[in-house]
Formats: sequence, C-alpha cells, structure tokens
Amino acid sequence: MLNVGALHEGYVLDHIEAGKSMMIYHYLNLDKLDCTVAIIKNAVSNKMGRKDIIKVECPIDTLSLDILGFIDHNITVNIIKDGVIVEKKELTLPKQITNVIKCRNPRCITSIEQELDHIFILTDEQNEVYRCKYCEEKYHGK
Amino acid sequence: MRHLMSPLDLSVEELDEILDLANDIEAHPQNYAHKCDGLKLATLFYEPSTRTRLSFESAMMNLGGNVLGFSSAASSSAAKGESVSDTIRMISCYADICAIRHPKEGAPLVASTKSSIPVINAGDGGHQHPTQTLTDLLTIRSLKGRLDNLTVGLCGDLKFGRTVHSLIHAMIRYPNVKFVLISPEELRVPSYIREDVLKKNRIDYKEVVRLEDALPELDLLYMTRVQRERFFNEEDYVRMKDFYILDKKKMALAGPDMLVLHPLPRVNEISVEVDDDPRAVYFKQVQYGVYVRMALILTLLKWRDKTC
Repeated sequence: MLNVGALHEGYVLDHIEAGKSMMIYHYLNLDKLDCTVAIIKNAVSNKMGRKDIIKVECPIDTLSLDILGFIDHNITVNIIKDGVIVEKKELTLPKQITNVIKCRNPRCITSIEQELDHIFILTDEQNEVYRCKYCEEKYHGK
Repeated sequence: MRHLMSPLDLSVEELDEILDLANDIEAHPQNYAHKCDGLKLATLFYEPSTRTRLSFESAMMNLGGNVLGFSSAASSSAAKGESVSDTIRMISCYADICAIRHPKEGAPLVASTKSSIPVINAGDGGHQHPTQTLTDLLTIRSLKGRLDNLTVGLCGDLKFGRTVHSLIHAMIRYPNVKFVLISPEELRVPSYIREDVLKKNRIDYKEVVRLEDALPELDLLYMTRVQRERFFNEEDYVRMKDFYILDKKKMALAGPDMLVLHPLPRVNEISVEVDDDPRAVYFKQVQYGVYVRMALILTLLKWRDKTC
C-alpha cells in the first residue's frame, strides 16, 4: 500500500481515468507551481477498476480548474482547508477553452498565424460540441 | 462598434433596416451621393475577386467616399510576412471602414478583434460571405415582395457552396420557407446543415437529384457553379460540372413568377439563352449587391459613431 501524506490546504483530484493524470498535470500547469504535487497512477478503485489521483498542496485559489470539465467532467475535485474537505466541486463544461486543443482545419487562419490563441467555444452543451472560434470547425478529438 | 462577420450577426430587425435603406438608396440615389464625403473604405483582398471588390468600391464611390487597398496578397505586406492583426492596426489609421477577403477562414474575425474601424467580412475561404447573403436577400425581397412563404430551390454544388449555406441560415429565420435541395449525391449539403440547421429548426425540406422534377413548385431557383478549386482531382470535377444546365426547355417547366438567382460567376450551368428570360434576375442581383453594400457601409458607420 502506497501512503501519501494528507493535505493541509489544496486540492485532491480523484477518479481521474487511469493514465490521464500526466495530461492533467500539464494542462493545469502544475509543473510551473512551486508546491508539492503527488501523482498516483493506477490506484485501485471500486467504481472504476483503476484510476489516477492528483494531490496538490497549495493555497485554494491557485488553480483554474475549468479545463478539467473539458477533459473529463467525472473527475471529483475535493478542496481541502485545514486538513478537511471544505468543498466538493462539481465540474461543468467550460464555455470557452484557450490553447488546450488545436484547430486542425488547414484552411483556418490559426494554421498560418502562429501567435494566435487556439480558442474553442462550447456551441452545443448537450452533445459536448466545441467549435473553433475562427473557422467554426468542430473539434473531433474527444 | 459593430463588425459584420456572418449574416447572423444581424437580427431580423437590423437586417430589415438595412434592406429598407438599400431600397431607399435604389429609389433616391441622389440623396446618398455625399453621405460619405471625406471618408475612406479600405479593401483588403488577400485573394483575387472581381465582383465583390468592385462592388464594394462602387458602393463607396456612390456614397461620395474614397477607396484604397490591395487586390492580392502578393501586392500587400502579407508577402513580407505581416500578420492580419498588424495590417488591420495599420489600416485603421488610414481608413474609416474596411472590407477584407482572405483565403483563410476566420481571418476577418481576427482583424475585427484588433481593429478600431468597422470590419466587413468580404469572404473567408469556404466559411462565410455575408454581403453575398445580404445581396440575395435584398434581391428576393425586392422582386418577390417578401422573404417568408417561399419555396426555394438550391441547385448545384450544395456541399462546398458557402453562399448556399449562408442563405439557408438566413432564410430559416422567416416563417414558412421550404427548401428543395437539388444536387448530385456527391455534392449534397453537408450533414451539419441537414441535422443542425434544417432538422433542428423543423424546416420543411427535401432533396432531389433531377432539376426538372423540382422546377414546377419553386418560387426561386438559386443556381450555383461547381467550383473547380474545391475538387482534389480533375476527373471528379469534369464529371460534376455539366450535371445541371438550366436552359430554355427546363425554364418552360417553371412557373411564370419563378426567379432565377446566381451568385456569379457562372460557367455553363445557366445557358446564355436564359439571360433574356424576364425570370432570370442574376444581373439585377449584381446591382442589388451595390445597393446593399452602400446600406451596410452607412449602417456600420452610423453604429460606429453612436459608440464613439
């Protein structure tokens, strides 16, 4: 059994699909944070069989978690303060995502102007459809 | 400040205002001959276009304004690697309003985010061409007297034709408009138009292959060119290009009030023998294009002044 110490203040991201933790690590820019991060891969889960978990010891206003909703809205986000869970955050699909996915339409202006942000807008919440802000190409990656 | 990127940027009421203004310009052009005295329109055309560029230039000149710009990327700073964002910042210092055509989709939107003058999308790749849609709507409303209660036939390249997609988007906002989509199997409207636009909004439509079958029931026939540049191989293009040719014989099957529209240029999809038929209105459509661009320029400048 692997033991990772309890947090005093920060986030526990639970029920991450096994294998996706490193992707989330990068999307949340955790590599740029000067704080303790624990990544647990392939933990046993009654619900999922295997899962990943990320624990981040940091002030609770540090992370922008909107992107998690896009990656997987089944992730459980526990916010810890003074060693106890003070909030379980419900994830929703973000209305807009910037520089997370890239537009693959070769006719899109982003294909030739490198400095442009790749921005996708949620156009159909029910069907989880995102479209490029510039050319309206549907994102097919998920 | 407002820009025009898509025909749907305008509410039905705003659209009506622009079409009303265009009709007034048509009736009393002398009243508008000096409305833009001392103002300049920049035409930034990163790809060649005869009709649209000249139509914009004619519109601004009719309003008493001046025009500056370029007609291909090769003759602009884009050839030196300048970004659209930088170009529009520079042009904002030279002109009062601008029309931009670019082969890359979304380029006019990028320009609009950095611009301090109104930007009009004059065509971005296969994406949007809102002033063509305004032209089509003005032509239909002026000659049919309405934009509702119409059976509209769209014929030819319905897959790649951005004018067709934009027109469908714009016309479903009016009650009781039915579409007859006439195309070969390979050039049917994309599924997102069928599913997300027509079915989702419960619009009455049907798809047919034979033009002859559709003609008797149409109030409007919107013909399109099969565009060589959209095909990856010449064989497919050659096979498709002569699929529909509207001639006198076929026109005899249509009602006496059916109008024939075409965004032009035509190649051979409308025989020249149809040109003299009073129902063929595609050259009048070009004239309406100038009126509606005049109305659009005036409207965007008015909205800019309100926000300044």
